[in-house]
Amino acid sequence: MTDDLQSDSLLAALRDLAEPAPATLADRVVDTWVRVPGPLGEVFAVTGARGVRLLRPAAHAGDLDAFLEGYRARHGRPVLPAARAPRGLLPALRGTGPGPDLDLGDLTPFAREVLAVTARIPAGQTRPYGWVAREAGHPRAVRAVGTVLARNPVPLLVPCHRVVRGDGDVGQYLSGVTDKVALLEREGVELGHLAGLVGSDTTGVVCFPTCHHARRISAAHRQGFANLERARAAGYRPCRDCRP
Amino acid sequence: MADDEQLRAALVEDLDAGFEAVVRAHSDVVHAVARRTVSRAADAEDLAAEALLRAYRALRGYSPARIGALTLRPWLLTILLNTARNDRRDAARRPRTDGVAPVPDRPASAPGPAERAESTELGDHLAGLLAELPVAQRTAVVLRHVVDLPVAEVAAVLGCGEATARSHAKRGLDALRARLTPEATP
Repeated sequence: MTDDLQSDSLLAALRDLAEPAPATLADRVVDTWVRVPGPLGEVFAVTGARGVRLLRPAAHAGDLDAFLEGYRARHGRPVLPAARAPRGLLPALRGTGPGPDLDLGDLTPFAREVLAVTARIPAGQTRPYGWVAREAGHPRAVRAVGTVLARNPVPLLVPCHRVVRGDGDVGQYLSGVTDKVALLEREGVELGHLAGLVGSDTTGVVCFPTCHHARRISAAHRQGFANLERARAAGYRPCRDCRP
Repeated sequence: MADDEQLRAALVEDLDAGFEAVVRAHSDVVHAVARRTVSRAADAEDLAAEALLRAYRALRGYSPARIGALTLRPWLLTILLNTARNDRRDAARRPRTDGVAPVPDRPASAPGPAERAESTELGDHLAGLLAELPVAQRTAVVLRHVVDLPVAEVAAVLGCGEATARSHAKRGLDALRARLTPEATP
């Protein structure tokens, strides 16, 4: 009798140990996609529980079904239509907001650092690949930076179009150079003047040509330099904002 | 809750939409077993999510005939327990250097403050005793008595016959009962 009672209470206590799944579990397993307007036409975006995982211009990605099937095959994750775009995505694509949360957890620490550095380049400005490598803590990994940016899972949200070659050429872009040029022109970048550095002979400060400080230098006080060594030799110090 | 046959049909019809329905139908049982397999609540959600994604990847390679023959709940729980075993093995092979404690071989018997706050004292005590059972008995008790699976499904997950599954569950229950009343057996 006692044993039965005890057994019953034990079984009841065991059933009480079945904790239901938190509401977040399903979101962590099933990703969602949206098709929304971007600066150069529509884009497809895939979002997981932690943020946007992938963004591609529709013109570059091609057929929606092929894009989604590629995502499932590469990432091994299910993806269904989203009820609405993730918070922050539309303003970011219009250039009016800081952007949605991103989920870059599948990337290497180096790739994440390269994208974090790239994300800090202001609109309307460019930086060379070598600068990104240095800021990411690997000054010699210039080629590796190019590889990471060519595979950027979230272009536009991490503005890899603002990274150009050190010689002033705009360089490559994952959806083609034409797109890169168009994006930079929309932001008011003067593509003919990306090479070298610009200093002011009144302040003795030298900047990248697209830095907002450099743009304020009047023609009379503007001094061009091929590189930082030449500028330093002439008594200039690097700008603390654009850090050439 | 959709039954298994509807879920299998949904998977064959549209794998991703069908899989979402599978997750909705079975995430509670998958999570409940995960929770009794690891010591921390946050690890249980990680383990459940990882196991469900493994299940999805497996389904992508399955033919409609193979999906049609699946018994989803024990299949998912088998993947869950294999995932937990692989995680423990990997953690043992590659000791973490980031200062985070490795995944223990069995759930910790002493719950932390957060765990204590989320359930009753008896529940904590019982969870601790359950964690100390040999793995086959613990798994059998969790499947049979915590998440209330039929014996056939317990046997399917354990990969043994129904009589053996029953015996594991009974010996586990007996051990729990004996440890809950030590004063009764001097």
